[in-house]
Amino acid sequence: MRALIIAMTVAVLGVQQSSAQRPDSTRADSAARARADSIRIVRELEAMTAPVAAAQAQQVRTAGAYMNLGFVSLSDFGWSTERNVGSLQLGDHDPQVRGFTIPNVELALDGAVDPYFKGFSNIVYKLDKKAETGLELEEAYVLTTSLPGNLQIKGGQFFTEFGRQNTQHPHSWSFVDQPLVLNRMFGPDGLRSQGARVSWLVPTSWYTEAMVSVLNSAGGTAFSFRSDESAEIHGGVPDEREVARLQDFLLVPRIATSIDLTDTQTLLLGASAAFGPNSSGPRARTRIYGADVYWKWKSATAAQGFPFVSMQTEFLYRRYDAAERISADDPALTLSAETLSDRGFYSQVLWGIKPRYVAGLRGEFASGNEAVFDSDLRADRFRLSPNLTWYPTEFSKLRLQYNYDHRQGIGRDHSVWMQFEFLLGAHAAHKF
Amino acid sequence: MTTIVRLQLAAVALFALPGPAMPSFAGKLSVVATTPDLAALAREICSPACEVKALAKPTEDPHFVDAKPSHIVTLNRADVLIEGGAELEIGWLPPLLESARNSKIAAGAPGRIVASHGVQMLEIPATFDRSRGDVHPYGNPHFLLDPLNVKLIVAQMADHFAQIDLKSAELYRANLAKFNAALDAKLAEWQKQLAPYRGGKIVTYHKDFVYLAERFKLEVVETLEPKPGIAPSPAHLAKVISTMKATGARVILVQPYQNRKTAETVARQTNAVVLDIGQQPGAIKGTEGYFALMDFMVRTLATALGEKK
Repeated sequence: MRALIIAMTVAVLGVQQSSAQRPDSTRADSAARARADSIRIVRELEAMTAPVAAAQAQQVRTAGAYMNLGFVSLSDFGWSTERNVGSLQLGDHDPQVRGFTIPNVELALDGAVDPYFKGFSNIVYKLDKKAETGLELEEAYVLTTSLPGNLQIKGGQFFTEFGRQNTQHPHSWSFVDQPLVLNRMFGPDGLRSQGARVSWLVPTSWYTEAMVSVLNSAGGTAFSFRSDESAEIHGGVPDEREVARLQDFLLVPRIATSIDLTDTQTLLLGASAAFGPNSSGPRARTRIYGADVYWKWKSATAAQGFPFVSMQTEFLYRRYDAAERISADDPALTLSAETLSDRGFYSQVLWGIKPRYVAGLRGEFASGNEAVFDSDLRADRFRLSPNLTWYPTEFSKLRLQYNYDHRQGIGRDHSVWMQFEFLLGAHAAHKF
Repeated sequence: MTTIVRLQLAAVALFALPGPAMPSFAGKLSVVATTPDLAALAREICSPACEVKALAKPTEDPHFVDAKPSHIVTLNRADVLIEGGAELEIGWLPPLLESARNSKIAAGAPGRIVASHGVQMLEIPATFDRSRGDVHPYGNPHFLLDPLNVKLIVAQMADHFAQIDLKSAELYRANLAKFNAALDAKLAEWQKQLAPYRGGKIVTYHKDFVYLAERFKLEVVETLEPKPGIAPSPAHLAKVISTMKATGARVILVQPYQNRKTAETVARQTNAVVLDIGQQPGAIKGTEGYFALMDFMVRTLATALGEKK
């Protein structure tokens, strides 16, 4: 290649020398000067090639590995008027106690497997309120790179593509805690399971992507489906149903579309749904529907991505067929079959004031219909959270957040949380 | 109309939409460059047989471009992708490529041009240590400001274009020859313009004019950023001011996306001039195209260095 470049340059200069027949004398002068300069340039180019090869070999040895390795640590510190912080902050990566929490330490690995697949894995460590270390394989999946027809398949365990925030890791969240509605619909760890996702980039002139995931429907991270923890939703003893038919898998379709409103504004819209069996009874099913909107303005002369303003809103609605079931609180009591419908939304606005400073405001509401039992996880709840984040660099951040919380039947609570993050190694690029 | 006919029509309509399986727009080579400077060079080599599009805006910081979904569509339809490389686009290009699912522009494919390959990089760090700021492990990625690097890159472009689009191979070679001839003449002219200011001292905001300084024998005595990507601190600016006073540097270069106010504050205390210089063609009016940009840059620098001599 390098030899070719030199050969071409020499050839080019040769052509120029033979054809430089310009009429006026100043032009001829400048051409002569250029020729003299060109010879020097070729010499310089030749001199360059040897050190370049050496330098590049060096780079490959030192910087090039077959895998990117990243490490992110999140720590929280703060106080809440609620003594039992865990009853207020329900997410697995939320602050757990008054004082210090380390709710998310992430080891991220990724790279090209071969010419056909890329591989990703996320291993998470977290300390619970008794300082016991929990370890989870959060994600481990491959992504195809060269399927025809604009198709792409993801396979393994991954955060399911439902809405916007569900696929994001806690360190890329804009607030300290998980939105209430995502907690109610998807549980403390979000919706993720084992299976496959097929995506099709629709050949329209604007961005449209259609996806469908087929996943196992069991476990705590399939909270609204076959989950042992689902008693919080339906109030009954979970039915230990196994996979009997194809409908016992979890099916998650999603469509997302985006347009650039102006040179500096982009709008992204999405609609998602999740269908699957639930563990209130042997044939009971759950349907969740979601809509999401993301809008961002970024200055045309943005410095390090600032200033910007963005708005993100997600609305979710769930219809949960609760079968006739034995009450989890009182084995003598049978709860009659009913359909539980829950809904909620969060909306957040971020303002990147100047490089490295972001102010945010999030408002949320979640609610469920009347049922034959009571659950804190279905009662009306409102939360308002202003925050301020300072990024000393892209590799660290310091966040201060206040939460005003109102839980129906319990009352108001106030919490203040500080969050600190640091990042080592490869910095995963941010999706839009 | 029966449902089947309607479905068939829908299917036909769908496939009639432009897609990657279809030949590129009007038979032209679809070239996407990450930054406008690379796009401008590509136009010199492949016009009129190509359509060239840049992802980043000329006025924005090329390190921090949003991975907008519209870029996914652009990349999905590209025949060629030209990137700066050396991790300039590491914060936004990888997720776009992952979603674009276009094997024509996969790493190592003829449709993928990495400009930094073959360029002699400056400031390759001896150790990888972020306490020294956001230092790129492969060296300073702002190498396009050295016309000799441009020569290497356009040769690489012509080579790739010819490989992908055989029918226009002659055009690419002829354009390359024409461009190189013009660049030789221009380089001599630029060197002559800046020759009186050999060793001239300048201050920049970021380490983004290192290659320009190297080629035209100017000296960057300080940067307003204490370390790459780290915002200027009062203590560091005090040091910059004293260095400027001691060395007699009276010219500060600022790009449109950098903080001009900081530069103005320093300039007031050192009797210096703040020059608005965009590395990207079109960032400043009248600098569209590679030669217009370099002419502007050299002229502006020569004028400022002359006045402040």
